[in-house]
Amino acid sequence: MTTFRDKPRPIIQVRDLMAGFEDDIILKNVNFDINASEIFIILGGSGCGKSTLLKHMVGLQKPISGTISINGIDITDGSSANLQSVLRQCGILFQGGALFGSMTLADNIALPLREYSGLPEENIQCLVKMKLNMVQLSGYENHFPAEISGGMKKRAGLARAMALNPPIIFCDEPSAGLDPITSAELDRLLLHINHTLGTTMIIVTHELSSVFNIADRVIMLDKNIKGIVAEGDPFQLRDNSLNSYVKRFFKRQPEVIS
Amino acid sequence: MSNEISFTLTNTDNSCFTMALQGILNTQNTAAFIRKAEKEIATRRPSTLTIDLSDIEAIDDYGISTLACIKQRILAAGGEFKLANIPDSIKEIFVINSFDKLTAPLAAPAKTPDVFVQLGTATLATIKKSAFALMFLGDTIVSILRLFISPRSLRIDDTISNMRRVGVDALPIVALISFLLGLIMAFMSSVQLKQFGANIYVASLVGLSMTRELSPIMTAIIVAGRSASAFAAEIGTMKISEEIDALFTMGIDPHQFLVLPRIIASVLMVPLLTLFSALFAILGGLTVGITMLGLTVDGYITQTTHTLELFDVFWGFFKGGIFALFISWIGCLKGFQVKEGAADVGRATTSAVVTSIFMIIVVDSVMVVILRYW
Repeated sequence: MTTFRDKPRPIIQVRDLMAGFEDDIILKNVNFDINASEIFIILGGSGCGKSTLLKHMVGLQKPISGTISINGIDITDGSSANLQSVLRQCGILFQGGALFGSMTLADNIALPLREYSGLPEENIQCLVKMKLNMVQLSGYENHFPAEISGGMKKRAGLARAMALNPPIIFCDEPSAGLDPITSAELDRLLLHINHTLGTTMIIVTHELSSVFNIADRVIMLDKNIKGIVAEGDPFQLRDNSLNSYVKRFFKRQPEVIS
Repeated sequence: MSNEISFTLTNTDNSCFTMALQGILNTQNTAAFIRKAEKEIATRRPSTLTIDLSDIEAIDDYGISTLACIKQRILAAGGEFKLANIPDSIKEIFVINSFDKLTAPLAAPAKTPDVFVQLGTATLATIKKSAFALMFLGDTIVSILRLFISPRSLRIDDTISNMRRVGVDALPIVALISFLLGLIMAFMSSVQLKQFGANIYVASLVGLSMTRELSPIMTAIIVAGRSASAFAAEIGTMKISEEIDALFTMGIDPHQFLVLPRIIASVLMVPLLTLFSALFAILGGLTVGITMLGLTVDGYITQTTHTLELFDVFWGFFKGGIFALFISWIGCLKGFQVKEGAADVGRATTSAVVTSIFMIIVVDSVMVVILRYW
């Protein structure tokens, strides 16, 4: 199963991205590539623009300037056809799961399958069962989102994001608010999906344990410079970075007040 | 690797068939494959189907689900299903996805309980809701009494901002609707009154009916639609996002914080809106009077002031206040009754408007009876 990682091929390219509002710039001069089948983590403290960056990458916000290309298609050119064609290849796991409250878990997962897969209903039911099994929620088919816990909602959200087996998946703080065991299980699940399906994963988080467990590459954003302060392998950044913010971040040290 | 799947269906013995798959069965080609395969199976009707996987290069969960569906179909027709020659490279995916258990149907959704159970559940729910409404009423009364003891506890800023939302912002729509209503009433009544040369009584009819009855009702219905719904939605959303719990744990009475400013603002503003409504309705009547009925402005206004007594104006004003009390209280109550989810907020909002309008009519009927026997 190493075929996915044979040749690094940029699947997402962010160029000169400036994000925020004209009078309140959140990110500027942001440039990076994400390779196919890698687990790419966007790190940074609160308010540094991690979620903003993610929202730009899935077309929920428009940049002030700069471009974002996914699979060679520019999603910032204002064409909704382009954006839609790209989004079909992406699954998105929102922070709270974003499950539809009026539908059962099975219907939540079946929704994208019924809309896009063209499969017969029996096949969809079978896939729903498999996806729920994948996130260890077998038996919860007929539960409504309000009846399950936060961790379960996130796992169900992941199952829905993975329903169409998209080649790219975006996760916004998947382990935030979860207990260490559930968080570790979610990490294992993400790794499993990445290894078996070669899914490219873009994950926003500030859970350091997750970063070291699953990341192939990270970028770290800093509120002060409004952009990327470090990029690379997480272990190397932790051990070798000369940047004081990066060092403090990995060592969990507060800012020294002089 | 080519992204293709092909199959051959061969008859091995009587109605025993072997389906040999070649290539990759994955997310992209599953839909096309299952359509073809099912067509073949439907025509041949195999009693035993063996799927030979020796030439399968890769398979994902979509492929597995397709095989499970074929298995389900064969078993349902009383046939036999077998998988043969599974390559080692794909064995794991069959195990991970528990292929053998996939044909079991999804857990059946809960059955609709019989009519008596439904009736009982609905009755209990109504009793529970009524008990909650009663408690809520008690809490509201207590917080109003508390306000008399310490008037400073009223959140003045919130009250003023609610007064603007309930009153000032509603004025244009109330004015327009009332003006048009006055216009219509004057026009419709003039058709009859003209026959008796009693055009001047159009002024009396519009003035009296609007001031005493229709203005309070119309204004209250508009406020129910605009503000009771807004109260229910705001408070309901706050309930879902645990803001009400936060208030409670901070030792702040949610009633004092959320309900009182809304009720007070409504009770102060709706009577004023009612007066404006009557005024604009009279203007509407006046417009018809002078343009179509040949009345003079002076004549129309004199007739209106002769007909209207101070008590009529006061009665309309008073009714407005009573309606406002009910509307705002119901709006807040429905918001507090929200439990979870966006759908619940929607239900609360609808219920706030419908219950408010129903209560407006009930209270108005009661007030008419009271006035009759006063």
